[in-house]
Amino acid sequence: MPGFWRRNRHWLTPALFLAPGLILFSLVILAASVETVWISLHEWDGIGAKTWVGLANYAELADDPQFYVSLKNNVIWLLIFMLAPPIGLALALIVNQQIGGMRILKSLFFVPLVLATVTVGVVFGWVYDPTYGLLQLIFGLFGGTAPALLSDENFATFAVAAAALWPQIAFCMVLFLAGLNNLNEDLIGAGRVDGARGWRMLRHVVLPQLSQVGFIAIAVTVIGALRSFDMVAVMTTGGPYGSSTVLAYQMYEESIFSYRFGYGAAIATVLFVIMISFIAWYLHGLIKAERSNA
Amino acid sequence: MYPRPIPEDAKIQRALYVGGVTLVVALWLLPLLAVMLTSIRSNEELMAGNYWGWPQKFSLIENYTAVFEQTAMLRFFLNSLLITIPSVIGVLILSTLTGFVLSRYPFRGSNLIFALFVGGNFLPAQVMMIPVRDLMVRLGLYDTIYALIVFHIAFQTGFATLFMRNFIAALPGELFQAARAEGASPAQILRHVVVPLVRPALAALAILTFTFIWNDYFWAIVLTQSDAVKPVTAGLNNLRGEWTSAWNIVSAATIFVALPPVVMFFLMQKHFISGLTMGAVKG
Repeated sequence: MPGFWRRNRHWLTPALFLAPGLILFSLVILAASVETVWISLHEWDGIGAKTWVGLANYAELADDPQFYVSLKNNVIWLLIFMLAPPIGLALALIVNQQIGGMRILKSLFFVPLVLATVTVGVVFGWVYDPTYGLLQLIFGLFGGTAPALLSDENFATFAVAAAALWPQIAFCMVLFLAGLNNLNEDLIGAGRVDGARGWRMLRHVVLPQLSQVGFIAIAVTVIGALRSFDMVAVMTTGGPYGSSTVLAYQMYEESIFSYRFGYGAAIATVLFVIMISFIAWYLHGLIKAERSNA
Repeated sequence: MYPRPIPEDAKIQRALYVGGVTLVVALWLLPLLAVMLTSIRSNEELMAGNYWGWPQKFSLIENYTAVFEQTAMLRFFLNSLLITIPSVIGVLILSTLTGFVLSRYPFRGSNLIFALFVGGNFLPAQVMMIPVRDLMVRLGLYDTIYALIVFHIAFQTGFATLFMRNFIAALPGELFQAARAEGASPAQILRHVVVPLVRPALAALAILTFTFIWNDYFWAIVLTQSDAVKPVTAGLNNLRGEWTSAWNIVSAATIFVALPPVVMFFLMQKHFISGLTMGAVKG
């Protein structure tokens, strides 16, 4: 036995090192995600036996108006979130100066990023409070009355997504600042010699160098928009009348509150498919970028 | 540098610039400042409708004491620590091991395994919710802190593996060749070469995963239900439902929840930022 160990330890030890993380991750994360697809083909209350129903859950989903509301809201989230990369870039450009005091200001910009989404939800619940909130205060200055955003079917999703934008902008800002620190000084210098400045410099010299960071910022933002759950759960619980649900929230509601785990799994599977196609595109882009760098 | 740096001798311009940016920061953080201000206001003032004027009386101590004495926030806070700290330690250990193997012992399929770690980490939580919840129920871990610890270790290992693999791959290869030439076993290389060199990466990873896990809300409500195990995020949302009109108490509790990650961030800012950008940029 010791002989066997010595002969094989060059691969046995690495295998043993890899095993705990790999097994745990495969079991809890990967296998669970695949199992969801399997569960979506059943009717299940979460406790009893599963009944095979084939694609019935998907057929029902195709006729479920709530599903289209969620889908539409996810698109709204996505569109609003697309503001995060440009605003993040703008803020990064503003603070990218080496002046005393700038460092602490920079850190203060990052604060929303470390707050829990629940905290952001509570904070913005307060901002949107129709009687005493910050928004009402601002409207009041102009003699107006703020709309009760969170209890208005037409505005709820926009209000929640706008609140979620806050930490997302900070995230993009961090990424772009890192990108700005890695700019090629020679190119900038050459641009200056050629008389490029301001907007033209940004467009023709700076942005091309930020393309990889920009790609990552957009990808992270898309994923963030598709993942949105916490803010909806905290700020509106999908209301009023289910008008602000997103796929992630509808899935949770169908499973945990209505005990329709099969149906919830079907929604999760749809989310899974959307996400997988996006992740594949993202990884593909990253690998391509890595190859072109090498 | 872009934008063009403001020259050092343009003192007035510099001061004006900093002043302008300070104004932008103040606007940026206005919602949070509002909550902070509310958290030190007294009940009477809120009743009288003074939400935005300067407080006549500071109730900082009263409000925060009320949070500790009249709500279960202290319990939730402790739960969060009991969940977060072991999870972070678990993630650091597992990902050092996986990152080490995936960066230094390539084998057939090692790239595929790496891609699975990376890809799985981007999946939305809802995709694995039902089976994970079911698994925890069957293991008898549902509604215990262990359910959250096990899940968080598993999930964060995805991101952490990406992080550690990239960091270890960037270490000078000669170190590893020299160690191997001297006949060091993988375990010895891990102990004497890798562990001493990855400390900065571990610091960055620790602060990042701490923030991620501390701030988790979804798994907190999916895997726990009793107050005895609930972390602060779930606790805060319950509190908000119970204390609907006591905005000063809710605000104080909100600040209390936000404090640990914010303090950690300011203490270890460099690690946090480098971790976040390395994780994303070097993807």
